[in-house]
Amino acid sequence: MSRDLYILIPLLPLLSFVVTLILGKRYFKRHAHLIPIIAVLSSWVLSIMALSNVVSGNIFNEDIYTWITSGSFSVTVGFLVDQLTAVMLIVVTTVSLLVHIYSIGYMHGEGGYSRFFAYLSLFTFSMLMLVMANNFMQLYFGWEAVGLCSYLLIGFWYEKQSAADAGKKAFVVNRFGDFGFGLGVIMIFLYLGSLHYDVVFSNIAALQGHTVHILGHNVDLITLIALLLFCGAVGKSAQIPLHVWLPDAMEGPTPVSALIHAATMVTAGVFMVARTHDIFNLSHTAMNVVAITGGVTAIFAATIALVQNDIKRVVAYSTVSQLGYMFMACGVGAYAAGIFHLYTHAFFKALLFLCAGSVMHAMQGELDMQKMGGLKKYMPITYWTMLIASLSISGIPGLAGFFSKDEILWKAFSAGTYTGKFVWLLGTIAALLTAFYSFRLIFVTFHGTFRGTEDQKHHLHESPSTMTIPLLLLCVGAVASGWVGIPSILGGHEGFAHFMSPVIAQVEGAEEGHQVEMSVMALSIIIGLVGICIAYIMYMKKKELPDKLSAMFPNVYRILFNKYYVDEFYDLVIVRPVKAIARGFINEFTDRGIIEGIVNGIPAMINDISSRLSRIQSGILTHYSMILALGLVVIAVIVLIK
Amino acid sequence: MGGFPILSVLIFFPIVAGLGITLFNRSKESVIKGAALVISLLNFIFSLHMLKHFDKTTSTMQFVERRFWIPTLDINYFVGIDGISILMIMLSTLITILCILVSWYAIHDKIKEFYVGLLLVEGAMIGVFCSLDLFLFYIFWEAMLIPMFLLIGVWGGANRRYATIKFFLYTLVGSVLMLVGIIVLYELTGTFDLIKLMSLNLPYKLQLFLFWAFFAAFAVKVPMFPVHTWLPDAHTEAPTAGSVILAAILIKMGAYGFLRFSLPLCPQAAISMTPIMLVLSVIAIIYGGLICLIQTDIKRLIAYSSVSHMGFVTLGIFALNTQGVEGGLLQMINHGIITGALFLCIGIIYERTHTRQIKDYGGLARFTPVYAGLFLVFTFAAIGLPGTNGFVGEFLVILGGFKANRPAGIMAATGIIIGAAYMLWLYLKVFFATPNEALAVHKDLSKRELAVLLPLLFLVFYVGLYPNSLLSYMHQSVSDLLMRVNMNEEAQAMSIVHQFYSIF
Repeated sequence: MSRDLYILIPLLPLLSFVVTLILGKRYFKRHAHLIPIIAVLSSWVLSIMALSNVVSGNIFNEDIYTWITSGSFSVTVGFLVDQLTAVMLIVVTTVSLLVHIYSIGYMHGEGGYSRFFAYLSLFTFSMLMLVMANNFMQLYFGWEAVGLCSYLLIGFWYEKQSAADAGKKAFVVNRFGDFGFGLGVIMIFLYLGSLHYDVVFSNIAALQGHTVHILGHNVDLITLIALLLFCGAVGKSAQIPLHVWLPDAMEGPTPVSALIHAATMVTAGVFMVARTHDIFNLSHTAMNVVAITGGVTAIFAATIALVQNDIKRVVAYSTVSQLGYMFMACGVGAYAAGIFHLYTHAFFKALLFLCAGSVMHAMQGELDMQKMGGLKKYMPITYWTMLIASLSISGIPGLAGFFSKDEILWKAFSAGTYTGKFVWLLGTIAALLTAFYSFRLIFVTFHGTFRGTEDQKHHLHESPSTMTIPLLLLCVGAVASGWVGIPSILGGHEGFAHFMSPVIAQVEGAEEGHQVEMSVMALSIIIGLVGICIAYIMYMKKKELPDKLSAMFPNVYRILFNKYYVDEFYDLVIVRPVKAIARGFINEFTDRGIIEGIVNGIPAMINDISSRLSRIQSGILTHYSMILALGLVVIAVIVLIK
Repeated sequence: MGGFPILSVLIFFPIVAGLGITLFNRSKESVIKGAALVISLLNFIFSLHMLKHFDKTTSTMQFVERRFWIPTLDINYFVGIDGISILMIMLSTLITILCILVSWYAIHDKIKEFYVGLLLVEGAMIGVFCSLDLFLFYIFWEAMLIPMFLLIGVWGGANRRYATIKFFLYTLVGSVLMLVGIIVLYELTGTFDLIKLMSLNLPYKLQLFLFWAFFAAFAVKVPMFPVHTWLPDAHTEAPTAGSVILAAILIKMGAYGFLRFSLPLCPQAAISMTPIMLVLSVIAIIYGGLICLIQTDIKRLIAYSSVSHMGFVTLGIFALNTQGVEGGLLQMINHGIITGALFLCIGIIYERTHTRQIKDYGGLARFTPVYAGLFLVFTFAAIGLPGTNGFVGEFLVILGGFKANRPAGIMAATGIIIGAAYMLWLYLKVFFATPNEALAVHKDLSKRELAVLLPLLFLVFYVGLYPNSLLSYMHQSVSDLLMRVNMNEEAQAMSIVHQFYSIF
């Protein structure tokens, strides 16, 4: 495959963006989706060609042009397509293509139809630049560019205050992560003299043992770099403590939630950690931080999802939780397992979102599960595909989610460290919660009786085929995408891990027996089934149970329902104090008070003094003669003393 | 190029031709406007010609002209440019055209005087960037003030009188101190010739005195914290063209002064004062950013954001390493493009709505989508999104700052968070949220207004994606400058930097 074809992969969506943005509204109108779909379809075909190239052993790594040069600092724009990138290319272009098609139906009749498709193209371009980068600077470019698209698409319905706020929040919260990420990139350059992956990864080991002095402490250099990079991942992949933007991001159109806030952009953090695993592997501290952040986030977000009633928010918290699993895997050195889960998750989570979108479409934008119920018979395709996606995420054997989640839990368990065992425990509990909230959603939404208005009931319908076909295709992914990584214990070949091994060699953990592996797997299956059963009992059999429970533990319920009050906490300790400082200390006191006081004070003082002095010029002769006499006396005294 | 005096043409063509406009009958408004536009376009073409013949491979002064002026005092008309000044001249000629275009219908009275004033400013600005004789430099430096003073004072907003006097006094106090420095320097060395002075190794005490004397003038112009309070008033009250020239060119003169005079003439003093300069820069970045969060006036917000952005420029300059200085220089150009564009945008909408209060807007994106789109691009350029020009400059400055002084680099980097917060807040309040129906009557951009903004839009991406097109002009001159500064006193600088580290 020639160099130009690789360049075309991101370039086509970029061109489509420019053309659609400028000409879409005026010339394409209702057909504004044509060019973006052709572009992403071409990228998809090229990505498959790239994958087959990689499979046959051809790694592409070439610089295209020199971006910035200043003294010894030089960065290029260049592409690296290896096993890791190839997987990401497939994930990004496949989901993007399906979401494009789905959006034809979902966004039909929207005022900003062409703008929407232009943004989707821009996003696809940015995400492809991110995953194809061969250096940190271009990674950063893609990183920020997808952030821009996220901002634009969350705030797509910009006239809605909450949507506009959510877009801004997403961007600013991400900037906190990028602050660390940027410093990490700068430190890599300062200590290694380059930002090329090749150079950095082959030289990073030489920095082992180096320390830097910060605030009176000596910090291991590699740990510091790894943690700074991880800051970026925490922001982009919505991990604690920067997870707050992702649930709000659900203000965006649902196809966007599926593409950006489930399948692709939010996984960029996981991708980045896997890409830079050569750095993370050299720091136990950093690895532990990654693993524990992931594990804690997984269970934290899952608990919130238990009680939410907004159908999209449940799926959003589920995404945060699943991203936690991926970091858990990275943190125990099982990067391939993390990427495997990223890849299967992209299908079943995108499917969940698009199903949720399909439900919203039928319900005229209604998001509250409590007002749904019994939708099964009105929209069978949506029901069955969503059911399969939920089974997949719950870890039911044979489906995609089972293989990848089991792989993570097993790798964590067998890592032979306390951290590994700890995050395994967190992950297993989270698996129970995941199964529960996923089926709570299914039961409440699709089973029972309809609880919405008559008007809504009248309009209930299955979505058009442009929407259901992508659902069915994604459903195939949610079922079958895991089959490339069937563990050897079940007679598979662990094909995924083998495929990734040239990029990501597995860190060997402690050897555990087959029996242990079987037990761990059995446990996670049982736990998934238990979760589904509990949901079944609570929402199908004894429907009074949920209310009883929340009445029994009102505080727990309130804390979970209010998402642990994290937003309120940030408002209290960051937003308000910063505004107060800006207003009180900086503006009123320093700027208006001291500085302007002096600036306006000096002229006023001069004015004041001169007006007083001018009074001496009274024009009265006796005054003058008295001053004259006084002056003479003073002079005489001085002369005498000398 | 031969001996063709291109720099003199660039300086005096707008001045002479501008004065020529005064001969026109004041009733022929479109002729006056057209003539001004043609003159500025011609000057831009001249400057392109200069750019084409500029030799990037040398750091020596080019297109040098030297004529006796007052021989008895050894004052010469001595001009020349290098990689530090050439881009500023290009920016000046470009911005003038845009200023003339954007004022087309915005200025109603004393039209003739307005355009003549703009052209005089252009000539004086270019003069400042070309002068290699301290006396000549001072003349242009002050000469530029007078038309600028009039632009704000005559065509400005409601509170223009206060703003003008404040602006004038502030800059005058600074300039007078610089004049004292220049005179002392002349008394001791007998020359105003910058090149000659650079070859002398001035004693440290004299350097220190000169550094602070120049600092007074340059810091006010930049403006650095804490002498920045003239800027929000002047920017806010000035007519659009005035704000644009202030933001894009005039405040760059301070930073340019540091690079052209302070660093080469007082290298040791500059090195030993680096810690103070870095602290002031970092304060400006954070302080200027935070204060933006609570502004209620769009123009004032952008004005304060200039304080923050110029903090990046001075941080880069006093990082005293290649990435820092080149980043600082690039950021000067970038800020000219971005903030220039933002002020143009504000002027364009002000012409329709006659309000600058943020609360009077809301949902504007529905009524003027093209305008909203362009404003969005400039907003993200100001935030430093990769792919736009703002990113490259900011990144190089933070890299250079981090290299020179880690805490300074880290604190400067917080500026990227604050910057995103206030710019996106502004954008949200003006363009998003519930539309203010009173704005529905306003039309989207006209062709003329598009013509004003499109060149800057192009530059945002051109510089952002291909920054080497500008950086390549700087490499030689900057490395030469840094060699001069860092030649002798590396040991001393280290010790001071170490002392500074121990604070944190």
